[in-house]
Amino acid sequence: MGKTRKTPSIIDKPMNFCPGCGHGIIIRLICEVLEELGQDNNVIFPIGVGCSSNLGGGLVADRFHCSHGRAAAVASGMKAVSPENIIVSYQGDGDAYSIGIAETINAAYRNENITVVTVNNTNFGMTGGQMSWTTMPKQKTTTSQLGRDCDKTGYPMKFPELVASQFNIAYAARGSVHSPASINKTKSYIKKAIESQMNNEGYSVVEVMSPCPVNWNMTPVEAMDRIKNELIDYFELGEFKQREVIK
Amino acid sequence: MGEMWKGNHAIAEAAVRAGCRLYAGYPITPSTEIMEYLSARLPEVGGSFIQAESELAGINMIIGGAACGYRSLTASSGPGISLKQEGMSVLADEELSAVVINVVRYGNGLGTLYSAQCDYHRETKGGGNGDYRVIVLCPSSIQEAIEHVFLAYDLAEKYRMVAMIMTEGALGQMMEPIEMPDFIEKKRMPWALDGHYSYKKIGIFDRNSMKEAIDLNQKYNTIKENEQRWESDNLDKADYVFVSYGLPGESTKGAVEQLRDEGYQVGFIRPITAWPYPEKAFNLINPNVKGIITVESNATGQMVDDAALSIKKTKRDKNVPTYCLPYVYGIPAIKEIKKDFMKILSGEIKEVY
Ligand SMILES: Cc1ncc(C[n+]2csc(CCOP(=O)(O)OP(=O)(O)O)c2C)c(N)n1
Repeated sequence: MGKTRKTPSIIDKPMNFCPGCGHGIIIRLICEVLEELGQDNNVIFPIGVGCSSNLGGGLVADRFHCSHGRAAAVASGMKAVSPENIIVSYQGDGDAYSIGIAETINAAYRNENITVVTVNNTNFGMTGGQMSWTTMPKQKTTTSQLGRDCDKTGYPMKFPELVASQFNIAYAARGSVHSPASINKTKSYIKKAIESQMNNEGYSVVEVMSPCPVNWNMTPVEAMDRIKNELIDYFELGEFKQREVIK
Repeated sequence: MGEMWKGNHAIAEAAVRAGCRLYAGYPITPSTEIMEYLSARLPEVGGSFIQAESELAGINMIIGGAACGYRSLTASSGPGISLKQEGMSVLADEELSAVVINVVRYGNGLGTLYSAQCDYHRETKGGGNGDYRVIVLCPSSIQEAIEHVFLAYDLAEKYRMVAMIMTEGALGQMMEPIEMPDFIEKKRMPWALDGHYSYKKIGIFDRNSMKEAIDLNQKYNTIKENEQRWESDNLDKADYVFVSYGLPGESTKGAVEQLRDEGYQVGFIRPITAWPYPEKAFNLINPNVKGIITVESNATGQMVDDAALSIKKTKRDKNVPTYCLPYVYGIPAIKEIKKDFMKILSGEIKEVY
């Protein structure tokens, strides 16, 4: 018998995502976790620029639209003055890892007690599918029309692995939303990340592999299959830094 | 007689006493003492200090502090303030209150370490994208800079915008005896993000940009009407009126005093707000004035534009010539200003407008 899942109370109205997009699932997971942890009325979302910006239109929760890439710095300032609030930045891969890599990596470097959720759809979704720092080798995008040449443009970046191996942070994981099982797993990662913030353990990041059927020129089902068959071979799912204190 | 304080330290302590709870920034001469001081001082009073990876991150941290409704501060100079323009535009867009200090140093690009007034255009006209304004205060003494810290926060909060203190390298580095005001307690601003969604917000794609722009302009007009500040003397009798702010403003005052002793009918305006520009001071000028002279520490002559527009607006029927004495950087000596005034009288220096 299936469980009935009630819509989290801070979700107010539908958001404007394309059919088959993963953003809606991820936002829903974050809201479910916040509610389960009793933090849904104690949260501020610094939001990135990109499809992630749609989060602002659909939630009855405090949020702030940061300029492109700067959400981790804004989050750091928020946490400094308002340590009692849970601060969750919500950003795309272009926002967090291309234009915002300095802010994103330095927040991890300082081990800021914030939670960063990045949505990795291997391109710049909002602006029509340009190459990003997570675009796969040979992937065709509007700025890598013959397929990404990684020798010239760099290889896809694995951010959670990078900060987990280099810095003294609390938690780093990568989830996905291509199947019910992966969605449940991702929810448990987001929960651990927010719990670690509640427990003042420091920086937590969860990257989530997310389909972008419109810009991938695929049907929603093909896009889910691409994650399963291609992406998670490279972007391994799992936890790269476990919490040391588990309560 | 008060205690001796270095300008940058005095500004930093004034910010603490004005209830600042967050400083974030990146070191750059000649502003660095502000952050050095606050790195130790803010934690003592329960505030936070973050050494940011860049000025860009610094201003964005301030945005976080300001969005949560606490008095926040960043300071920099030259190229550092260039990196803050993105954030200042965001603060304007979100109508958040924050104070930014520019300890101005001379030059384009990396610039120099000389004290100057080369950033006048950028600070008063807005350096980031869009259609916004920033209140700009320009102190001419350390005591006044301290007062400006309190005033900047009050104005920033009254109008929900950025207030900048545009000080100068030399003012940051010199020492003067000053009186330090008492501490004030500041609570979270009532409109701030508190995690409880106390105020309803709309999504960015639901905003009415036309209405917002018109309301914002209305706010700026109210500020122009109510917040012009300046110091002046002998305007009603002056044949020539000098206009100069900050430390060159003090030299100019000295030159005007000596010229009057020597029998010249001169007066001065020292703008205290560079934006809103003290146009109203120009109303007080003798209707038969023969010229306006700006004294500036930059090469191109920047404030002269605002002085010329203000005299045009207030003396519409007259075509009053406006001259500029740009000394590039540093603080012009009284004798230099007097010498150049003689060149204006002799026709050797021509009007700009
Ligand atoms: C400074 C700046 N540069 C460029 C843009 C244009 N822009 C808006 S969203 C975006 C890409 C976002 O991609 P990503 O972060 O991957 O998020 P997605 O839309 O894929 O969820 C760009 C380049 C901008 N808003 N600001």
